[in-house]
Amino acid sequence: MADALLEIIGLNKHFGGIVATDNVNLAVEQGQIHAIIGPNGAGKTTLISQLSGQLKPDSGDIRFGGHSIVNDSTARRARLGLARSFQITSVVMPMTLLENVMLAVQASSGHSFRFWSPVSQDRDMAAAAMSSLAEVGLESRARQVAANVSHGEQRQLEVAMALAMKPRMLLLDEPMAGMGKEEGALMVDILNRLKGDMTILLVEHDMDAVFSMADQLSVLVNGHIIATDSVASIRNNPAVQKAYLGDGHA
Amino acid sequence: MNWLPASVSGRSYAALLLVLAAAPFIFEWINQPFYLDLLSRALILGIAAVSLNLILGFGGMVSLGHAAYIGIGAYCVGIPSYYDYYNGWLHLALALSVSASFALVTGAISLRTKGVYFIMITMAFSQMVYFTFLSLEEYGADDGLVIYSRSEFPEWLNMDSSTSLYYWIFAVLLLALFFTHRLVHARFGRVIVGAKFNEQRMQSLGFNTYRYRLACYVISAMICSVAGMLFGNFAGFISPDIMGWARSGELIFMVIIGGVATLFGPLVGTIVFVLLEEFLSAITVYWHLIFGILLVALVLFGKGGIHGWLSRLDRKGADHG
Amino acid sequence: MDWNLLITQLMNGLQLGLLLFLLASGLTLIFGIMDFINLSHGSFYMIGAYFCGSIVAYTGSFLLGIVIGLAGVFIVGALVEWFIARKLYREDHLDHVLVTFGLILIFDTLVHLLWGASGMAIPLPDILNGQLTLGELVLPTYRLLIIFAGLLVAAILYVLVSKTRLGMLIRAGASNRGMVEALGININRLFLVVFALGAAMAGLAGMLIAPITEASIGMGNDIIIIAFVVVIVGGIGSVKGAFYAALMIGLIDTMSRSYLDLLLQLAMPSNYAETAAPALSAMLVYILMAGVLAFRPQGLFPPAGMK
Repeated sequence: MADALLEIIGLNKHFGGIVATDNVNLAVEQGQIHAIIGPNGAGKTTLISQLSGQLKPDSGDIRFGGHSIVNDSTARRARLGLARSFQITSVVMPMTLLENVMLAVQASSGHSFRFWSPVSQDRDMAAAAMSSLAEVGLESRARQVAANVSHGEQRQLEVAMALAMKPRMLLLDEPMAGMGKEEGALMVDILNRLKGDMTILLVEHDMDAVFSMADQLSVLVNGHIIATDSVASIRNNPAVQKAYLGDGHA
Repeated sequence: MNWLPASVSGRSYAALLLVLAAAPFIFEWINQPFYLDLLSRALILGIAAVSLNLILGFGGMVSLGHAAYIGIGAYCVGIPSYYDYYNGWLHLALALSVSASFALVTGAISLRTKGVYFIMITMAFSQMVYFTFLSLEEYGADDGLVIYSRSEFPEWLNMDSSTSLYYWIFAVLLLALFFTHRLVHARFGRVIVGAKFNEQRMQSLGFNTYRYRLACYVISAMICSVAGMLFGNFAGFISPDIMGWARSGELIFMVIIGGVATLFGPLVGTIVFVLLEEFLSAITVYWHLIFGILLVALVLFGKGGIHGWLSRLDRKGADHG
Repeated sequence: MDWNLLITQLMNGLQLGLLLFLLASGLTLIFGIMDFINLSHGSFYMIGAYFCGSIVAYTGSFLLGIVIGLAGVFIVGALVEWFIARKLYREDHLDHVLVTFGLILIFDTLVHLLWGASGMAIPLPDILNGQLTLGELVLPTYRLLIIFAGLLVAAILYVLVSKTRLGMLIRAGASNRGMVEALGININRLFLVVFALGAAMAGLAGMLIAPITEASIGMGNDIIIIAFVVVIVGGIGSVKGAFYAALMIGLIDTMSRSYLDLLLQLAMPSNYAETAAPALSAMLVYILMAGVLAFRPQGLFPPAGMK
């Protein structure tokens, strides 16, 4: 596809006898929110991990902005503009929210082999970090230690950190995991606001949220994509409904 | 829980530094020059402990082979002296470059591993250094090497007397503390500390954590080698024993009892360790037994090990401090 | 070509390798199953030697010395596991390092207290003191015994690990601790047995070598590092790996000490070769370790189930 920022081509991954990723083909167009849904155990996190570089696929290609990144390290992909958030919150717990986001700002502003000037006195970095925190509504909690804020706020922090990297694309692994109704709605707001400027690939269980945000939906079952289409088409797709028998709309 | 806990208020440490600065005069006044020797040795180990704290405390890299760098620094004085090269700048340059090279090579290999592997590999590499020096018959091997004269520096910078050597040690200690302080609060330090707590997150942000850790390891080794160079001058006699893995274990202990990831912790820990050693060995020749029991008890009965105990102490201190 | 020297050195290498195997097999299982760093494993080596020595002095029987000594070390190992190691399995590796470091100090001083500072010689019965002559070759009987004993233990261990239920649990535990616990096996007893067994084997190694080198304080502290290297090269948790790695390292270390200077003399003037050879042979084992880590960090024979 002409405008595809991220292309996944024939991706395969198995662990011993278990096929986790089965010939996955997917393209995410620039500026869109593309969601991946699927029953538990479908291999969603495994797929995201291969995209961000934590896992190496057995075969297939991943192209980002036209270049193959399948052999690049996680750090390299991040520097190329692919930012990821984790399903199980992964922030630096003993640091404050501001310090966490400043790390993200630091990562995308030159190298860090600087041994002299204290980071705490870098006003530009602090300002950039604060604006990312503001985008997710956390600026009032900036000086709280990450370990001490609520679970939902930690998830928001993950998104703030991803944004602070000024990425070309966001990979979000269940950003709303464990969030209550209000926090979830807040997250949907944030993501909707980002649409257009930012390209987002997200994995989510919360169906209502997904249906309200996504431009395109892919359904992952047993490691294989059984359908990719607009929200309306997917909702009416019999194969998808069958795959979800028993799985409620959240 | 602050990620850089302040152990005790800054004023106490300023006071400690002042006392250390005045030490030679104090000891001369009370006519106890032996204490100057004791303190010199403690501060030399303190420099080594500060360097270890950089990678272990702040960086979370548990190296059981750091004493090798003390050895390298010492032999970088000993071997040139053996050939009658006493130039202090030469000794210093050698210590820094040899330790940096060794740290670069062994660190590059070791840092590809984690946890148990990393500890064992750093231990193995330091044993390699130990056995290498042990097999160099020319430089004394097991019998050790005598260093007949101190490193030569310009008159105003000399280290010929006990007092002038002491101030050399004190100055290097101050530099090490200051440098560590700047480094930890700068961009570099943030990456190192962040990687200690959550390496996956740091890599996802785009940091090549391996490179930063390697740089940190090399810096730490270089600082430690200066401690070694000072030790060679102080002791006048060196042998491979100073770099065995048991010495590395003692260094770890000094860092731990002082307070991991604090600036002055390793210094305090070292002073406590050296005093404890002096005190216990005066009581009985079997003082290692008491020491060992203390160690075991400390780890077993501090909840969550010594770490937990110390971070609770640190937190209480931070509340009152 | 001095064949006698070559055969003797090969035997020495084999002997060293088997002793390393005795040390490393326990170590690798303790690492692999309990994820516990035991720096004081070398202390069991020392304690075995001293127990055996005392019993030989008391009863005059080398056999009794071995048997009772083994039982003694087994008990000491069990006690250490029960009172100390067990409490730390879930803790940071750093705590393991500190505790076992403390244990070394304790054991070394206790031995000093009980047996004095100078070493203890262990006399061998006359039948073991002799030599076996095969044509031109003269082989010391005792060294043959050590090799035989080492191979016997290796064989027993092989049968134990691959054919018994205990062995199955050990193999399962080495590659997946959580699964073994989930199966409801009494994990505490398994750990106790593994730990004590490992200690006993280390003790056996100490007993076997002591008649040659004398029992001395801290005798285990240097060889334990090589045992660690064996564990890394062989693969943590793998007894098979420990076996092959131990033999390899034992042979490389011994042969290089004897022949490296000859080898180097082909490439450089003899006085350089003479100084460089001992230093280089000291480093060889570690260079091997570094090489393995660079290309195959999980070890040469990692336990099945691990990549």
